[in-house]
Amino acid sequence: MKIFKKITMAVAAIAIAASAGIAQSQEMRKVRVGTEGAYPPFNSLNAAGKLEGFDIDIANALCEQAKLKCEFVVQDWDGMIPALLANKFDVIIASMSITDERMKKIDFTNKYYNTPPAIAVPKDSKITGITDADLKGVALGAQSSTTHSNYAEAKLGSANLKLYPTPDEYKADIASGRIDAVIDDVTVLDAWIKSDAGACCKIIGTLVPDDKINGIGAGIGLRKGEDDLKKIFNDAIDAIRANGTYKKINDKYFAFDVYG
Amino acid sequence: MSPSENTGVVEFFERPPPQAKKWSKARILGIILLGLWIAAGLGLIYYLFAAYTQEFADKYALKFLRGIWVTFQIVGLSLIFGALLSFPVALGRLSKNRLIGGIAFGYSYLMRGTPLLAQTYLVYYGLGSFNKELQAIGLWWFFRDAFNCVVLIFTLNTAAYQAEILRGAIENVEKGQTEAGQALGIPKLVIFWKIVLPQALITALRPYGNEIILMIKGSAIASLVTVFDLMGETRRAYSRSFDFQTYIWAAILYLSVVETLRRLWDKFENYLTRHLQRDSE
Repeated sequence: MKIFKKITMAVAAIAIAASAGIAQSQEMRKVRVGTEGAYPPFNSLNAAGKLEGFDIDIANALCEQAKLKCEFVVQDWDGMIPALLANKFDVIIASMSITDERMKKIDFTNKYYNTPPAIAVPKDSKITGITDADLKGVALGAQSSTTHSNYAEAKLGSANLKLYPTPDEYKADIASGRIDAVIDDVTVLDAWIKSDAGACCKIIGTLVPDDKINGIGAGIGLRKGEDDLKKIFNDAIDAIRANGTYKKINDKYFAFDVYG
Repeated sequence: MSPSENTGVVEFFERPPPQAKKWSKARILGIILLGLWIAAGLGLIYYLFAAYTQEFADKYALKFLRGIWVTFQIVGLSLIFGALLSFPVALGRLSKNRLIGGIAFGYSYLMRGTPLLAQTYLVYYGLGSFNKELQAIGLWWFFRDAFNCVVLIFTLNTAAYQAEILRGAIENVEKGQTEAGQALGIPKLVIFWKIVLPQALITALRPYGNEIILMIKGSAIASLVTVFDLMGETRRAYSRSFDFQTYIWAAILYLSVVETLRRLWDKFENYLTRHLQRDSE
């Protein structure tokens, strides 16, 4: 019964590996963090191909606080939740808003920031208002699968919505004049219009968020049932809020408090 | 009566019974794999039944249909314009003039040798960054619209493939046909239109059908540049529901379009080759 011998050996090997894993996790638990890397100033890849931004700094601070060994995985936005569910990584730290729609599939920690959506237009645009009536027939760009695209679909139905895989693409299209306006997080648009690439455009106003669509701020996404990990991160968020680490990171990127 | 005796009676030997198939390892493995595939297929159907809700249908069914209509428009327009463009390209490929032949070859080489996705991005975002220049020459209205960009690049792409299909088919028509026409004093153009081309189209029919199917599937790329075709609507539905059945429904819709087309094409081929078919006994 050669084959049984092999199976027994394989089982033994797995058992040893698993127990080693448990032993290691007692020292320093390894957590894989999924992020997008295309959403400056929150998370983006720099020229050297390294991740940087508010989300990344917060993630590192939380992991240090919670004594976790964190490792980043870059994942396209559209596939973020499916990848989490498929166990490609353990948590999402990618400015993901806590919404009811997403709560059906995954779980979230408490928020770690909350900023409103805004609308930007080219500098010479005739659009002045941000109500549905003002945006009637306007080609409005947004990133797909985001709270902002959902908001536009629900509240700005008169606009002609165009969806893009990443913000880079709607930025290119508003610069070339294909679309008349874009909707995204105010901090994202603000960082963009201050850069050379965003010289074309200006912000004409921030929208009043709808808790049902926009959620209650950005949280850390986890698979359902991982309550211990959720508690670890919630405690860590409270800790870095209390000890000033959060404020230090906040001030590095923004002139105002984004915690909301 | 043994068969060696010559009795003058024609004897019929029974065909030896087929040998019992052995249960070889390969056969067992094959049956197991087939079983797995069937199980996976049944699982998928069961999943669709289980996951299907009236709410999902109400919310997305109409959008899917609207998406498929956009896909039809993109593919239909591209194929028609591509077919028109493929004629001069194919003739260029057949030309004895080295310059014309070279240009036609270069065109089809480039278009067939690079990914459709890269071509689409080049036209959409690449030309998009020259918007000031395009505005100056009055072409921006065309390139501003994503639908136009997609139809343009799909046309250019399919024209290259169609030209190669046409060229191969024309070269495949025997030289004797042309020579016979010449011997009868028929003008060159008439020989091409009335003798060579109809025969070439019979050969070209199958590959044409394949090209249409490839275009239908390739048109999903349009969803990446803000066009809400079937794939675009699917992605939008998925981003709202996080439900995998959206992709399965999209696959079923694409599949049924392709299957319908395949059947139509069989009919069409039967019709065109009716002079080659033997009457059934």
